[in-house]
Amino acid sequence: MTADASTSTPVLARIAARRPSLIGILGLALVALVVVWLVVNFTKAPSYFAEVFLIGLALGSMYALIALGYTLVYGILELINFAHGDVFMLGSMFALTFVGPLGLKAGTFSLWPLVVVLIVISMVCCGAINAAIEFVAYRPLRSAPRLAPLITAIGMSFILEDVGLLWKGSAPISFPTLLPQHDAFVLFGIDVTWDKLIVLFITAPMLLLLVWLVQRTKQGKAMRAVAQDKDAAAIMGIDVNRTISFTFLIAGCLAGAAGALYALYVTELNYLQGFQLGLIAFTSAVLGGIGNLPGAVLGAILIGCIQAFNEGLTWHAPGSDWTEAIVFSILILILVFRPEGLLGERTPEGG
Amino acid sequence: MAARQVGLRNELRARWRARPPEQRFAATIVLQVGFALLLWLLSLSLTYAALLAFALSWLRRVPPLPWRLALQVAIAGVFAILGPRSLAILLAIVFALLWAPPRHRRWLLPLAGLAAAVFYPFFGDRMFTIPVFGPFPDVGSGVYMVVFVMMAVGLNIVVGYAGLLDLGYVAFYATGAYTAAWFASLQFSNRSIHFGAVGLNPPNVAGIHISIWLLLVLAGVFTAVAGIVIGLPTLRLRGDYLAIVTLGFGEIIYVLARNGDNFGGFNLTNGPNGITPIDSPGWGHTLSSWTGGFLPSNYLTCCKATVLGHHLSSADVFFWTALVLLVVTVFCSIRLRDSRIGRAWIAIREDETAAAAMGIPLMRTKTWAYASGAFFGGVAGAYYAAFKSATFPGDFFFNISVFILCMVILGGMGNVWGVLIGASFLAYLNIAGLANMGAWINSHIHFIGSFQFPGETAPGLDVPAIASGIYGLIIVVVMLLRPEGLLPSRRRAAELHRGVHDEPLYDATHAGGGQP
Repeated sequence: MTADASTSTPVLARIAARRPSLIGILGLALVALVVVWLVVNFTKAPSYFAEVFLIGLALGSMYALIALGYTLVYGILELINFAHGDVFMLGSMFALTFVGPLGLKAGTFSLWPLVVVLIVISMVCCGAINAAIEFVAYRPLRSAPRLAPLITAIGMSFILEDVGLLWKGSAPISFPTLLPQHDAFVLFGIDVTWDKLIVLFITAPMLLLLVWLVQRTKQGKAMRAVAQDKDAAAIMGIDVNRTISFTFLIAGCLAGAAGALYALYVTELNYLQGFQLGLIAFTSAVLGGIGNLPGAVLGAILIGCIQAFNEGLTWHAPGSDWTEAIVFSILILILVFRPEGLLGERTPEGG
Repeated sequence: MAARQVGLRNELRARWRARPPEQRFAATIVLQVGFALLLWLLSLSLTYAALLAFALSWLRRVPPLPWRLALQVAIAGVFAILGPRSLAILLAIVFALLWAPPRHRRWLLPLAGLAAAVFYPFFGDRMFTIPVFGPFPDVGSGVYMVVFVMMAVGLNIVVGYAGLLDLGYVAFYATGAYTAAWFASLQFSNRSIHFGAVGLNPPNVAGIHISIWLLLVLAGVFTAVAGIVIGLPTLRLRGDYLAIVTLGFGEIIYVLARNGDNFGGFNLTNGPNGITPIDSPGWGHTLSSWTGGFLPSNYLTCCKATVLGHHLSSADVFFWTALVLLVVTVFCSIRLRDSRIGRAWIAIREDETAAAAMGIPLMRTKTWAYASGAFFGGVAGAYYAAFKSATFPGDFFFNISVFILCMVILGGMGNVWGVLIGASFLAYLNIAGLANMGAWINSHIHFIGSFQFPGETAPGLDVPAIASGIYGLIIVVVMLLRPEGLLPSRRRAAELHRGVHDEPLYDATHAGGGQP
């Protein structure tokens, strides 16, 4: 009893590998059902299906930016940074604050360098906020039991949420539609609109930049070392606290970029958006394998597509009322049956 | 960093204690009288609140010199002359209790607290107005407070004893509330099942109507089963994953309640409109006349009597019943803690691997913690639904889970008495205190009161709207400065300060690196 309680997951996995277990069969049946549902939807309206898929891709790439923040912080501190979603919300609010002073109004996308400036401002502000949160709320608890910083993170999340509330009010706020929403081109009868393309064009280089940062630079090496073993990293002359601060800064920047992009693409902001999207992004990170950077991107795109299919498809889709429940069910199923995620690694270096 | 802060605090404390008692006493008096005078300059009404707070803090800071008693008598006397009489009486009772020898204080304090709660309906409306916080809560708010205290005591079993962070406790509250709503309302009006329900109008009304007392037990059992069903697959997870999964379950329950008005045409929860009305509790005419009217036949329509110059109302009866439930909860909670399984919970909290090595069945023990905590959450939820006579999905937001968690953390994880105090205070803040504080802040602090916040119709700060942020702030401050809470259990405090060997990762065999 005692032994199987603590090691039952590997045991389950081993059993599943040897002979088809009930759980395995059920899981396969569920996946098959989803595939059938997707195929039927596809055959009914192929071009519409592809458009919904594009929406999912755009959503997913934004989720990826948030999910990477969760995964970076988890990789290095083993802390679920609950406040991350609300930093993302503040990013949207920064974009909203600066969009007027920069002279951007609806339909002025010709001033696109200013849009880039807007995103950069939001990134800088959120990076600073995230690093400050780490300094104030998590650093004093470095040696406390694991649950202490987690509880603090929940508290921080609520504080930030109400900062957003006091700053921008409780009603949904609309953001000027800057991104052109007409077709960029039509491919096989699929309307590819500018706003989705722009979101993809902005996120893709950021993801590549992050991979370069983590894998090729000295700072990235320090991050990976600290994630692996803080004590050993400190012995090797790495400033552990500085590296952790840097990680939070990067995570905050990504959240800020996601916040600005969300404001540009979705154009309706709410102080509660951080909680909901934060959880969706966290689910993405867990789905891909938390601590694993490519996993977070893969998970985010999957979750984005699932959300878009659920809300967009017409044949027997549960609809947007159920999106949260579906995402959380995925989260629970993944955590219970495959906690290491789809890509099957715990940390960036596969520890 | 943390160690340095603690070191500084300890050093200051040591230096303070090294001073002779007379010096300490004089310093405290000068400091506090100075502070009180400062507050008096700012606002007259604040003065006696500050004096009250500091008079209480004297009792612990100052060594038991003989003249402390004289000082306390003087304080009470000053309040008796200057302030309201109720404040002087309260002070006198508190001083008397604090002067009792420690071994008597052990049972005197809870007894006095219980007596105060039981007689609260008689004196609550005659109490003084607390500056900033406003008047004492009315009895209806008292019911709300007691129910939430009960939930906090239930959550304390999961979080405080067993150390499992549960962010979805509201799911149990919802399960209890909906159990009461299904079996004591018009919701399933194509059925007609009656069992022991009182006060139905007309008596043969459609729907399922079961006596609320049975439903309390049923809701508890049902919720405990739900806890086991949720717990069995998830309790294997390590702490922070468990927190996320429970949060997910809490949200799923909320979505189910909100969208549950059309499960393939079947109306389970009546969606966002909620289920209302729910039958009123009561003991029926027979029992009521047997006990000479002591047990009211129907809570909503009861009570014409006047006792001790107080017209009994149905809120009073609801309040006393809630108190009975709370006392049972606290009793069970303490007995559980001291039982074999309670000690197993604490062992798991401190070191899961060592507990497993000592032969504690981890899964079964954790599941029991989950089920016990869920049971009380369910009972509280069912009772609260019966009191409100309604249940809505909007009552089961994630905020409520964090609110209850905040109660446990503020009071002191693992200590029932601490949780009782922390939960009463926060529940009071939530039901009345924050609104009163907001009114006070807006009328006294000019630059806030006249500031036009975005999205608000009137100038001023809407304090109840930012309640969750205030709880967040409380959580952060408590975790940073005093992680063991206001009134901690000694054992938990030691764990939080010295740290315990945390369970490494998912499975005991995989000892992940990176623990400082």
